Amino acid sequence: MISALTLAERQLAIAVSLLLALCGLAMAIAGRDDLLGVHGAIVLLFGIGGIFLVLSKYFEPEPSDERLTRYYDDPTKVGIVLSLAWAVVGMFFGVWVAALLAWPDLTFDAGWASFGRIRPVHTSGVIFGFGGNALIATSFHVLQRTSRARLPDQFSPWFVLIGYNLFCVIAASGYLMGLTQSKEYAEPEWYADLWLVVVWVTYFLIYIRTLQRRKEPHIYVANWYYMAFILVVAVLHIVNNLALPISLGSAKSYTVYSGVQDAMVQWWYGHNAVAFFLTAGFLGMMYYYLPKRAGRPIFSYRLSIISFWGITFMYMWAGSHHLHYTALPQWVQTLGMTFSVVLLVPSWASAGNALATLNGAWHKVRDDATLRFMMVAAVFYGLSTFEGSFMAIRAVNSLSHYTDWTVGHVHAGALGWVAMITFGSIYALVPWMWKVKQIYSPKLVEVHFWLALSGTIIYVFAMWNSGIIQGLMWRTYNDSGTLAYSFIDSLVAMHPYYIARTVGGLLFLIGAIVASYNVWMTIRMARSQAPEHAAEADIPAGTALQPGE
Amino acid sequence: MDHAERDPVTGRMTTGHEWNGIEELDTPVPRVVLFFLAAATLFAIGYWLLMPAWPLGWTYTKGLLGIDQRQVVTQQVQEAAAERASWTSRIEQTSFAEIAADPALMRHVRDTGRTLFADNCGVCHGTDGKGGPGYPNLASGAWLWGGDPETIAQTIRVGINSTSKDTRAAQMLAFGRDGVLDRAQVLAVTAYARSLSGQTLLEAEQARLPAGKEVFAANCVACHGTEGKGMRDLGAPDLTDTVWTYGGDAQSVYASIHSGRQGHMPHWEGRLSAAEIKLLALYVGTLKEGAR
Repeated sequence: MISALTLAERQLAIAVSLLLALCGLAMAIAGRDDLLGVHGAIVLLFGIGGIFLVLSKYFEPEPSDERLTRYYDDPTKVGIVLSLAWAVVGMFFGVWVAALLAWPDLTFDAGWASFGRIRPVHTSGVIFGFGGNALIATSFHVLQRTSRARLPDQFSPWFVLIGYNLFCVIAASGYLMGLTQSKEYAEPEWYADLWLVVVWVTYFLIYIRTLQRRKEPHIYVANWYYMAFILVVAVLHIVNNLALPISLGSAKSYTVYSGVQDAMVQWWYGHNAVAFFLTAGFLGMMYYYLPKRAGRPIFSYRLSIISFWGITFMYMWAGSHHLHYTALPQWVQTLGMTFSVVLLVPSWASAGNALATLNGAWHKVRDDATLRFMMVAAVFYGLSTFEGSFMAIRAVNSLSHYTDWTVGHVHAGALGWVAMITFGSIYALVPWMWKVKQIYSPKLVEVHFWLALSGTIIYVFAMWNSGIIQGLMWRTYNDSGTLAYSFIDSLVAMHPYYIARTVGGLLFLIGAIVASYNVWMTIRMARSQAPEHAAEADIPAGTALQPGE
Repeated sequence: MDHAERDPVTGRMTTGHEWNGIEELDTPVPRVVLFFLAAATLFAIGYWLLMPAWPLGWTYTKGLLGIDQRQVVTQQVQEAAAERASWTSRIEQTSFAEIAADPALMRHVRDTGRTLFADNCGVCHGTDGKGGPGYPNLASGAWLWGGDPETIAQTIRVGINSTSKDTRAAQMLAFGRDGVLDRAQVLAVTAYARSLSGQTLLEAEQARLPAGKEVFAANCVACHGTEGKGMRDLGAPDLTDTVWTYGGDAQSVYASIHSGRQGHMPHWEGRLSAAEIKLLALYVGTLKEGAR
């Protein structure tokens, strides 16, 4: 892969790795009495590793200009593998935290294994590790295909992919050591946040630079969604993470916001992370891989436009529905609730647009588990957006808030929508990327589909039951006018559902392991076969691309 | 490739755009979408008119209904308190003996005491009050400081070895660790202490009893009394019953004598209301019956 870089790109890679290593060294020295030093060492290792990796192939011949007539897919391939690796790690931790709630002794008396530390490893592992890598990998693929333009250079995509994974590693290792900003889904500390800004801006520039050079008159709707995802996540990330470190030699920082403002900024961030990371990004994925796999035109161009603007406009207001009945002024709650309700319309329009696209291809949905993954994802997208708007209504929220219903809702979206559309897209993409006719084992895709679907259903039903029981127990009064149940009573009532949830999660994890095996075997199969150029059907022939074009 | 075609499945025209094989149909936005968009927007506008909604610089639109969540919650809390006052005021004003004699009041004590106990006391004493290693069993009938409601209420109020200035204080000295007794003496008095509650002793322990009795008389009677029945003023446990907070086996008794014990119970005055403490004291008294 390094031999595909030009000499100038190799030199740039070494320079950047060296700079990274120096940053790591500075962090390690400044933070030698602090956990920051550990992260400095990790950054230093990444930098040194990068230098050695490039140097090992430094003197190989440069690639010919012929490469410019082809798309640049190496980062996508690595991104797919990283995504699946994070899926297994993140979901393993998920099953562990789920089991911890049913059997609290599973921390084995180790501080790093306590609930508060491994729970963010699960959430960041699946959202950022699995989801983020899948988004980066597929966005590079979709961007080039729908623009008929090669990525602008061969270094920056690697910088984004590897830099992003460095962020994920720092995040996860920090949680285990107890480093956190205590902001949900924004736990990493200030230095990791700064690094992510650099990575993310580079990512955005790749997008802009490629779109500028596109050969298609129009920008395909998938790219709007990917662009919204990249742009808004940058804004959210920067605003929510404004913080002051207590010193440059310490990992600890304090946010610039306080009190209810802090809560509002956090949930403006938190809900828009759902909107622009977990929704917009994956809608981009859906708008490419679903019609491609189904071989059908998008049901309605106009519907995709009004849905896009509806979703991007309305989500921005919705965050305050996380703070119903709190110290947040009621008018802010009202706005959050009403925009959440209106948001249902463009959300369902998107889900409907996806399902109606399958008209004329339902026999494929029946026979092809890959397409079925995407279809079920669209259904779960519709279900969880309905549930989300419903739960945003104040009266409903007074029952559902702080209960497992929220957890069930999030997982209907995360397992049913995000993971399913990702697995479907990866199964479609892998044979194209490694230039084989089909995946190693379509049967295993089928097995994975049923594992994933049953796991999701068990999980979500367990949490619905658990959450509603919990919510009702917390608000039931006896004849004396005092609470009928203690908190411990509600915990005892949760126990069977916590076990069921663990089982559902375990099925989903097994599915992810099956997927990783299947993809791995496909890659091995591709290596032992001569590349089948017929499988490059998704690449238009004779597209001459010029450097710097 | 900018030419529209008719899709054979739906009969719709495409938009004429094509991206790597993907096309789009020129289907108009379905009316149902527009309808629900209008309906949802109207709902939102209606809600804005009725409820606090839009910011206006230093103030905000209050809404036609004039509802304010702070007032609502304050009012609801007051109403609920007023409703409960029918019996809570009697708990506050009546003596323990009179409450215990009133079955209607005792029903409230059991109903409310159960959740109050589980939420505040259950973490250490267990939801059934039976305690666990290191945490006294409140259902055993054996009391360190006394089991009448007044005494229990006082223990709840000030705690044991707590940060309250009026705290009950009790300490079992670390006779072994602090060098007051040597190993043989601790072993001997362990055997003697175990014999007081009539436990079956090993042969080796039997042999140590005379020595243990001497050690006991010299060191333990000040708190546990000459017969080992304990002293409630000092929170010293009765060693002749079969109730053990830290365990009655030789290993545990040895550990207690060697390293000492200093149990801790937080004080609840200020965290629970006077009525709640009174109610809990009565409720704890009902635990022994097990008839809840």
